[in-house]
Amino acid sequence: MESKKTNIDLKQYGMVIALIAIFIIFYILSGGKNATPMNINNLVMQNGYIVVLAVGMLLCVLTGNVDLGVGSTVALTGAVAAILVIDKGMSVPVAFLAALLVGLAVGIFEGTFIAALGIPPFIVTLATMLMGRGLTYVALQAQTKGPLPDAYTAIGAGYLPTITIQIGAFAFDLICLIIAIAATLLIVLSELNSIATKKKYGFAVNPMWQTIAKLVIIIAIVWFFLYRLAVYKGIPIVLVLMAALIGVYHFITSKTVAGRQVYALGGNEKAARLSGINTKKVFFWVYTNMGLLCGVAGIVLSARNASATPKAGDGFEMDAIASCYIGGAATAGGIGTIIGAVVGAFVMGILNNGMSLIGWSTDIQKVVKGMVLLGAVTFDLLSKRRK
Amino acid sequence: MSEFILEMQHITKEFSGVKALDDVNFKVKKGEIHALCGENGAGKSTLMNILSAVYPFGEYAGEIHYKGELCKFHNIKDSEHKGIVIIHQELALSPYLSIAENVFLGNEVTGVKGVINWTQTQKRAQEMLEKVGLGGENVGVPVNTLGVGKQQLIEIAKAMAKEVDLLILDEPTAALNDEESRQLLDIMKQLKHQGITCIMISHKLNEVSYVADSITVIRDGKTIETLNKERDDFSEDRIIKGMVGRELTNRYPKRDCEISDTILEVENWNVYHPEDAGRQIIKDVNFHVKAGEVVGFAGLMGAGRTELAMSIFGGSYGQKISGNIKINGKEIDVKSVKSAIKNKIAYVSEDRKTYGLVLIDDVKRNMTMAALSEYFSNKGVVDQNKEILESEKYTKLINIKANSVAQTVGSLSGGNQQKVVLAKWMMTQPDILILDEPTRGIDVGAKYEIYCVINELAQSGKAIVIISSEMPEIIGICDRAYVISEGSIAGELAKGELTQEKIMKCIVSHNGKEKDEWKAKRRT
Repeated sequence: MESKKTNIDLKQYGMVIALIAIFIIFYILSGGKNATPMNINNLVMQNGYIVVLAVGMLLCVLTGNVDLGVGSTVALTGAVAAILVIDKGMSVPVAFLAALLVGLAVGIFEGTFIAALGIPPFIVTLATMLMGRGLTYVALQAQTKGPLPDAYTAIGAGYLPTITIQIGAFAFDLICLIIAIAATLLIVLSELNSIATKKKYGFAVNPMWQTIAKLVIIIAIVWFFLYRLAVYKGIPIVLVLMAALIGVYHFITSKTVAGRQVYALGGNEKAARLSGINTKKVFFWVYTNMGLLCGVAGIVLSARNASATPKAGDGFEMDAIASCYIGGAATAGGIGTIIGAVVGAFVMGILNNGMSLIGWSTDIQKVVKGMVLLGAVTFDLLSKRRK
Repeated sequence: MSEFILEMQHITKEFSGVKALDDVNFKVKKGEIHALCGENGAGKSTLMNILSAVYPFGEYAGEIHYKGELCKFHNIKDSEHKGIVIIHQELALSPYLSIAENVFLGNEVTGVKGVINWTQTQKRAQEMLEKVGLGGENVGVPVNTLGVGKQQLIEIAKAMAKEVDLLILDEPTAALNDEESRQLLDIMKQLKHQGITCIMISHKLNEVSYVADSITVIRDGKTIETLNKERDDFSEDRIIKGMVGRELTNRYPKRDCEISDTILEVENWNVYHPEDAGRQIIKDVNFHVKAGEVVGFAGLMGAGRTELAMSIFGGSYGQKISGNIKINGKEIDVKSVKSAIKNKIAYVSEDRKTYGLVLIDDVKRNMTMAALSEYFSNKGVVDQNKEILESEKYTKLINIKANSVAQTVGSLSGGNQQKVVLAKWMMTQPDILILDEPTRGIDVGAKYEIYCVINELAQSGKAIVIISSEMPEIIGICDRAYVISEGSIAGELAKGELTQEKIMKCIVSHNGKEKDEWKAKRRT
């Protein structure tokens, strides 16, 4: 019995273990380059927008569909913001608001066709993908728009203010330390809380050593990351944005009626409809939300690049979709978690980053990413079948 | 060669340590119809899956002797080559392919180099259809244009095309109405005369005693007895005794409750087909249900009962819906499922897997699905503690057998799944419950428990509507029944008048009247 439980648990955290394994492999291959403070910082900055998109994409995947238009929408929203700031001389906050509104409008456009008219999401979003890309080229007249002012780029390339403390030869950021402690407390408390609830209702609780091992690993990862960031330039603003979005969407999917309705719809649309769930409304908000998050990602991406380019965001939809599936979401819908999608996004990110560091070409990188996606989903499905 | 075409000896099959079959012996005589009876989970399907090599040789213990030789089937093709064909409960037809294509699906008539010979296919499909009494059908039309009954016959034709000697039918009449069932059973008798041996799994004991020559009863993975038509008593009570191990004297529990005020009234209800605004599905229907009353909707499949119920339940079916719904004498407007739930109407759909449950989700989340925003939400946040408590309460209340409320619904047995759907709607605290085929495909024991739940609901003052294609069920549990035929009410029968003959008479005379009216209309 004991051994069975261990197996199930290993599968549950399989992707996290794979994530660590991939990191260690590249640590060895690159001679430790991927663990340098600067690279850890890059890892966060490079993957910020993929995580933002994966979070929104997970909701689409939960309904049993995908959104193919996100890459184009990211480019379009970034282009709008850049044009407003550079050509029209508007203030940065106004430009950001405009970018978000454009994202929202794209989402509403998709949502209307999908929910109100019942057009398959694949078709609608394929159309948005083409139209969005075309509009971006028109808006930018096929040119790169830049450079963007510092007030703009801060959100993609800036840091929280730092309070440097000097202990001996070490200099590090106090804010990082505070966040690390706060995160540790939060993780431990929420785990204790969940164990207490499980015990109260007589559900099976994992063995103590497993819980402790899990917590130690998670906390070690958090501290490792934050320490590396602390000795570099401090906490990137992107990380704060990411953490906030992950928190909010994790809460929505796991604790709210709205989240539950998405799972029910994905699991069995007819049953959901006959249970009083307005499935059209669910489709509408899921796709509208995706559009809004594309706006966020568009701002972050253009800020990091300090410019908007017509080719920006090319292929992002595939990265976001792959993240969800690597993170354990089911193609048929109804299964998947935000945390899984985020882990999936980081698996892709660490792969990309590691392969660049050891000098593999982007062609080979694509092959490897494809293999990882196929491998992860194959493993997931085969292990389920054996049960 | 012995008189037995098939002998399965000492068959034992385990699923992760649990014995599904325990030393089962099963013998079938050549050219007979042999019924396999038992409650759900008794092991009937497992036994047939071993025979047809869904579980191949090596995954079970014991021996299969077929036509006198020891058989080791490694896959379904192996057993089909020997002439053993299984027709599963869920039809395996491709809906948009033609009859001819379906009859030879996986068994195509090919010429040189695997090219399909369409002329031969059509000609031979026609021959097969004649054997199953469908000679009049055009083999070129897609199968989804046929009714379920005919589709079932196409499945048999498909088996015939594989030159079947031993045909296994798993619940062949589960989705058929009485008339279609009778037709199918007669075809089975004809096949017997052509020398084909049949094994039939069925819960419908009246059909079993009508058609079978022998009956083998399985209980808890063991063979209990084999009854022979010439020798033994073939009555339903006798078979049930074998199945449940005791005499089930009353299949329908008694109800003692007071019928009081009218709760639900539906007046002049008209509904048109959702995709064809010219086709009227429900015509001028009027009915009412009182508190504490169980009212049946009897009728043949396709009579419009489900469509009627669903159109009332927040317009879930059809278009151009007109008419009035009154609850407690007050007229209400039910435009959506949500407002139906708010107005305390619940509809427990037929076909729990398609319309009732999210099979990949757990018991508690399925149970709270309909009541979530109304009873388990605190400003949009789900009260997960209350959810666990309430679903555990209902699990105990209606005796659902599950490891915990966190168990996946898909892994429960049919009867328990049905109870989860019932619990889902009980949680919405309705005054009016419409139950559509609440006991389809579940065994005698679980049926009895569902009837008990229905009785308790009625006793607590709820108005209950039962849609059922099994007339004995309507007669057994209803206080009153409406007979529905071709979208309108063909008659209303009080408890004392409820007999199968009366119900059928209503349907037949109504159909006659409809036709006369139609003719009269054409003349004018």
